[in-house]
Amino acid sequence: MSALRSERVDPNAPLLGVEHLTMRFGGLVAIDDVSFDAEDKKITAIIGPNGAGKTTVFNCLTGFYKPTVGRLTLNHPRKGPYLLERMEGYQIPQKAAVARTFQNIRLFSQMSVLENLIVAQHNKLMEASAFTFAGLFGLPRYRHAEAEAVELARYWLNRVGLEDRADWDAGNLPYGDQRRLEIARSMCTEPVLLCLDEPAAGLNPRESADLNRLLTFIRDEHNIGLLLIEHDMSVVMEISDHIVVLDYGRKISDGNPDEVRNDPAVIRAYLGEEEDEELPPEVAEDLASDKSDKR
Amino acid sequence: MSTTGASMSDTAARPLDLPAVVKECGLTALVMFALAVGMVAFYTEDVPGGLEIATRFGAVVAVTLLGFFGRLAIVLLREGRPFPVLVVALPFTVLMLVALLSLNFFDAETAETLKNYLPVGDVVVNWIVVIMAGVFTLRAFWALRHTGASAKTVVDREKAMDNFAARVQRASRFIGPLLLGIAVVFPLLAFFPDSPFVPKVDRRLLDIAILVVTYVMLGWGLNIVVGLAGLLDLGYVAFYAVGAYSYALLATHYDLGFWVCLPFAGLMAATAGIILGFPVLRLRGDYLAIVTLGFGEMIRVILLNWYEFTNGPDGISGIPRPTFFGLPFSRSASDGGETFHGFFGLTYSPIDRIIFMYYVILALALITNLFTLRIRKLPIGRAWEALREDEIACRSLGMNPRNTKLTAFSIGAMFGGFAGSFFATRQGFISPESFTFVESAVILAVVVLGGFGSQIGVVLAAIILIGLPEFFRELQQYRMLAFGAAMVLIMIWRPSGLLAHREPTIRLWRERDGGPPEKTQAAEESA
Ligand SMILES: Nc1ncnc2c1ncn2[C@@H]1O[C@H](COP(=O)(O)OP(=O)(O)OP(=O)(O)O)[C@@H](O)[C@H]1O
Ligand SMILES: [Mg+2]
Repeated sequence: MSALRSERVDPNAPLLGVEHLTMRFGGLVAIDDVSFDAEDKKITAIIGPNGAGKTTVFNCLTGFYKPTVGRLTLNHPRKGPYLLERMEGYQIPQKAAVARTFQNIRLFSQMSVLENLIVAQHNKLMEASAFTFAGLFGLPRYRHAEAEAVELARYWLNRVGLEDRADWDAGNLPYGDQRRLEIARSMCTEPVLLCLDEPAAGLNPRESADLNRLLTFIRDEHNIGLLLIEHDMSVVMEISDHIVVLDYGRKISDGNPDEVRNDPAVIRAYLGEEEDEELPPEVAEDLASDKSDKR
Repeated sequence: MSTTGASMSDTAARPLDLPAVVKECGLTALVMFALAVGMVAFYTEDVPGGLEIATRFGAVVAVTLLGFFGRLAIVLLREGRPFPVLVVALPFTVLMLVALLSLNFFDAETAETLKNYLPVGDVVVNWIVVIMAGVFTLRAFWALRHTGASAKTVVDREKAMDNFAARVQRASRFIGPLLLGIAVVFPLLAFFPDSPFVPKVDRRLLDIAILVVTYVMLGWGLNIVVGLAGLLDLGYVAFYAVGAYSYALLATHYDLGFWVCLPFAGLMAATAGIILGFPVLRLRGDYLAIVTLGFGEMIRVILLNWYEFTNGPDGISGIPRPTFFGLPFSRSASDGGETFHGFFGLTYSPIDRIIFMYYVILALALITNLFTLRIRKLPIGRAWEALREDEIACRSLGMNPRNTKLTAFSIGAMFGGFAGSFFATRQGFISPESFTFVESAVILAVVVLGGFGSQIGVVLAAIILIGLPEFFRELQQYRMLAFGAAMVLIMIWRPSGLLAHREPTIRLWRERDGGPPEKTQAAEESA
């Protein structure tokens, strides 16, 4: 599972390079010329107010949207560079090994927890079952592959503390467990880049501390890059190595947590623009307090 | 109207909101009236010199009143006042029962005049009314006996039903082989000498059994598409037709036998599945349903109009019957060869062929079942179920949704094709009339009633929906009515189907030595 860095095609290229990414929906510019890099073995956070375009960046990266303009390069440590914007949606996780989770959890809720993790290893198992024929006749090759898949699932279940509930229907898990299961499921695809869309949303402080530990564990022990969208600043500031700030689809800041925290542009974006002064003072005040609440 | 979701607990003391009740019942009566005026009030009658429109306004009044009082009974039961319901419904039930049963004791003429005094003109409909009144009576009685006991909520009931289905599914380890044993042994009873202890198995019963098993097979085939992959296919009969015509054309043009053609027919149907599926499988839910419905009709229209190829509405006749390893089931072989009874030194009996047919379709159905049970535990089967749950999540895991759906669609089609070629060989004659939309609807109804993904549920539903109406041939004209009623009831009562329950295809903890003991799902849920 460790990255064989020596075989990497270009050892100096970042794991993910986003260049001039622009996404328009009709007249609406959701992302406007955004460029940033995400490194191997680092947690890169994308933050910004609601509607800033964070999820849209993920959707472009994982092939759900075709970017209007821009180049998205993923340098797979073993297999070389992929141009994500040219790939079919389902090929990005399959070939380029980019996995993601969703802002509103998307589990297979009527299937068991274990099955969720086995489905995540679909491509590997399909090959082992010789596209069903070997599986149909129960050949040993397939049986071994399935046992291995279960072992990988068990490993991640153990990591997220769900081993006991492996046979539950995923939909019956409490909310926090569902979030962690979704992370475990995307890790079962054995990605090189994991994109997490607000993994701490709706978690209580204890759960969110657990989440911090899980994410740093993934970064340190599995040597992959993480891309993290998060509103919870306690998570972001504590574990990120690098933060990208978006506002109205534009990148307004980029750097390590301390730099970003003290960047006047970021403070302005979160606390309100100067233009607010043109509004009646009460309204501006309301707006400002409203926005700061969201932090 | 707040007609649903009223809980029954502590409603007994609440005063009745009379205007609201009258309004609710009146509205029901109005709907019934409107429907009855359109559907019951006028009918055509044969008179010397042509047809004449006759009326039966009495029936309209009766239907409207029944609607009003039926709704009133429902409302009263809901509001926790069973007593007046009992007082009215019990005598009504008894009176009607007596009246209906006594009809048999009079000569035809008296009975005919007596019938005029029944609320509705038709005896069968009267029976339905009696049964409903009886149900009200029983429910009122039950409510009186169990005052204070709060009624089960919808969630409770759903859980209880699911538990029941789970138990059936676990028991199907025993029920399955038992049913199979019965299915295998029962046609042999035809050879039993007449005796009062053994049910009589004759040709009619065997024909019904063949029909039921054919629908079981079709249900299982469609269950792959609808139950597992969640693709609502309203045109399944198209593949049934492709299979039937493939066999019929190959057999009549090239003189090929059933067993040679069977794989071809399956292949053709699967190919049709891929061709039809390719452009439409990007659609979801209702849209897919509409398009498949259209495709089903298209195939039928093509069969009807491509006269040179399919012989159009005249159909194809003289389709050869299957042989037993080359031994035909006829009185004498056409080309001087050996026949089945000749080879085994039996006396010729036409029922041999019927029994053989029965075993053929039973074997085909079992293959479908085994295939489904097996593939559910393979990556492709799990992928189908995952697609049903969430296509977007599937894509994010690197699964190719289109190809995965196509496999489900074409494999389901293949089994439809097998069943189709069996249909052709059984009938010996096929025409486009056999492959109408109603056929698709019936197959889907079998799956829906039995429960999506429930193999044993499909058997049960096929027996109920296909077998029973065949037995009660006299009630044939009410078949669609019963169908509709069954569908409405299942949608109210348990939309996922009678025996729908999903067991995980793989477990980390074994069920018996139950992994982490006190942490089973059921235990924690009830806590
Ligand atoms: N498919 C789409 N069609 C049209 N507009 C879209 C689409 N997807 C996103 N948008 C718009 O793009 C903008 C950015 O949305 P996005 O979901 O990326 O925001 P976000 O930063 O993830 O916000 P949040 O913090 O609320 O999740 C919004 O104005 C949204 O309405
Ligand atoms: Mg978002």
